[in-house]
Amino acid sequence: MKRLLLIEFQKLLKNRASKFLIISYFVLLSFIALIASIKFDFGKLKFHIAEQGIFNFPYIWHFNTYIAGYFKLFLAIVIVSMMANEYTYGTLKQNLIDGLSKKEFILSKFLTVVTFALVSTVFIFLMSLILGYSFSSYTEFGIVFSDLNYLIAFFFKLIGFFSFCLFLGILVKRSAFALGFLLIWYFFEWIVYGIMGKFILKDFDLMDKISNFFPLQSMSNLIKQPFSRLSAIKNIETTITGEDVARDYGVHFSEIAIVCVWTFIFIYLSYYILRKRDL
Amino acid sequence: METILTITNLNKIFNKRVHAVKNVSFEIKKGNVYGILGPNGSGKSTTLGIVLNVVNKTSGDYQWFNGSLPTHEALKKVGAIIERPNFYPYMTAEENLKLVCKIKGIPYSKVFEKLELVGLLERKDSKFRTFSLGMKQRLAIASALLNDPEILILDEPTNGLDPQGIRQIRDLIKLIASQGTTILLASHLLDEVEKVCSHVVVLRYGETLYHGAVDGMLSNEGFFELKSDNIVLLKERLQKHTAVKDIKIEEDKVFVYLKDHLEADELNQYLFENGIILQHLVKRKNSLEEQFLQLTKTN
Repeated sequence: MKRLLLIEFQKLLKNRASKFLIISYFVLLSFIALIASIKFDFGKLKFHIAEQGIFNFPYIWHFNTYIAGYFKLFLAIVIVSMMANEYTYGTLKQNLIDGLSKKEFILSKFLTVVTFALVSTVFIFLMSLILGYSFSSYTEFGIVFSDLNYLIAFFFKLIGFFSFCLFLGILVKRSAFALGFLLIWYFFEWIVYGIMGKFILKDFDLMDKISNFFPLQSMSNLIKQPFSRLSAIKNIETTITGEDVARDYGVHFSEIAIVCVWTFIFIYLSYYILRKRDL
Repeated sequence: METILTITNLNKIFNKRVHAVKNVSFEIKKGNVYGILGPNGSGKSTTLGIVLNVVNKTSGDYQWFNGSLPTHEALKKVGAIIERPNFYPYMTAEENLKLVCKIKGIPYSKVFEKLELVGLLERKDSKFRTFSLGMKQRLAIASALLNDPEILILDEPTNGLDPQGIRQIRDLIKLIASQGTTILLASHLLDEVEKVCSHVVVLRYGETLYHGAVDGMLSNEGFFELKSDNIVLLKERLQKHTAVKDIKIEEDKVFVYLKDHLEADELNQYLFENGIILQHLVKRKNSLEEQFLQLTKTN
């Protein structure tokens, strides 16, 4: 396992573009801390984000993992290109000839994905801890370490998403097209949602339940948007709609399970394609 | 003799239509230098691709080292280059070779030695993408030799190279062969194969036409090409010689085909003693090229 990771990290870190993207990713992640310094000034209305409670424990776990989820696109580019490059350089062929088995090849890529997800999770954990201790109104041990399941969700969300990227890289063989495909797939899920909900099932409640099984939808379900949980926004919403909307913000085991199944499917399909294809 | 690779009744059909390899069988023994000959599209690269784990076979079988190892483990003891050199363009020569070491699970100790062997030691810190085709090909050879392989497989190693490049690669192959490494060389350049190989496998349209020793393919005793002022007398004298099978006269040259062994100096002496002075004397064998063309001629 160590051998496979060493092989993969040499391929990644000697590549200037990948290295730049990986570093940018972590730099950008740490910029979440800068949100603390955002202050809006609408004339009479002064608005300092850090004072709205977003850095309160345990809410910060939810907020930070949700925001960090957007930056995963940087690593998605790295992962898609690390896969597609093997095709364009012809090095996949050479790796196999040199004695790497097809299973080891896929495993080395998957281990890299897991490493990225793990490092990101640890990074967010440490950063949130620091931010939380600096701004949170509550710093009791029991509160600080509650709701850590958002980190678990974050970890699986990244693994699921990156495995999807890996699969697209193998399927399409060209980084740019694979990323394009990812975008198309994103729209595709919404189009299917719209068409099936309106014309076929004519029932959006049922459609909502079905769409929870779509790959990208299931990944985004893991961590729901945290903004409407903030008291300030909740107040506005209640004022406008006149009622208190009850939402479920929790992380559910069933949702993690769906993403794990997709991860398995993507990795297995990648292996299947690699085994079947003549190079 | 130890068997390195056994191929039995191998078949490959691409897209259910193109039958690229038909029932090919041969064996590679340790210590020999093999050539796989065949016109373009005869299934050479496909056959090699199958045994190297990058192309899936349709039917048949192959075994590395008598089946003692799974294919990918066996490939760690093999050095192979297929068609064009494939490396990471953003890594230096040294880094690329170290990556191969990691894949093969061997220490880095041989990296410099092999770079020196192919004459790339001074360029070890240059990125692969800055290399010329000849240098890339030599790096590929260095990489294939990193593990001191049991067998070196080369697929068209001189393709696209300039004459100097071809010479360098050919010298390198000869050097490696002289060190006792088993070599399997696929090529359509016949003189290349003739110069280095001891055994050949000839393929056409995916079928094996011949496999065995090069000498077996060139089994005839050869022929002489002679010239003299007095052709009539020359012919008469030659007919009396016991080793001569047939005589043909084309323009001013006399071609003498043999049934027994006869050296040039013996013939010269015989003719001189019979009063004929030659202007021109060459002993030739049918070249591999002629044999090959005869063999692959569509019947």
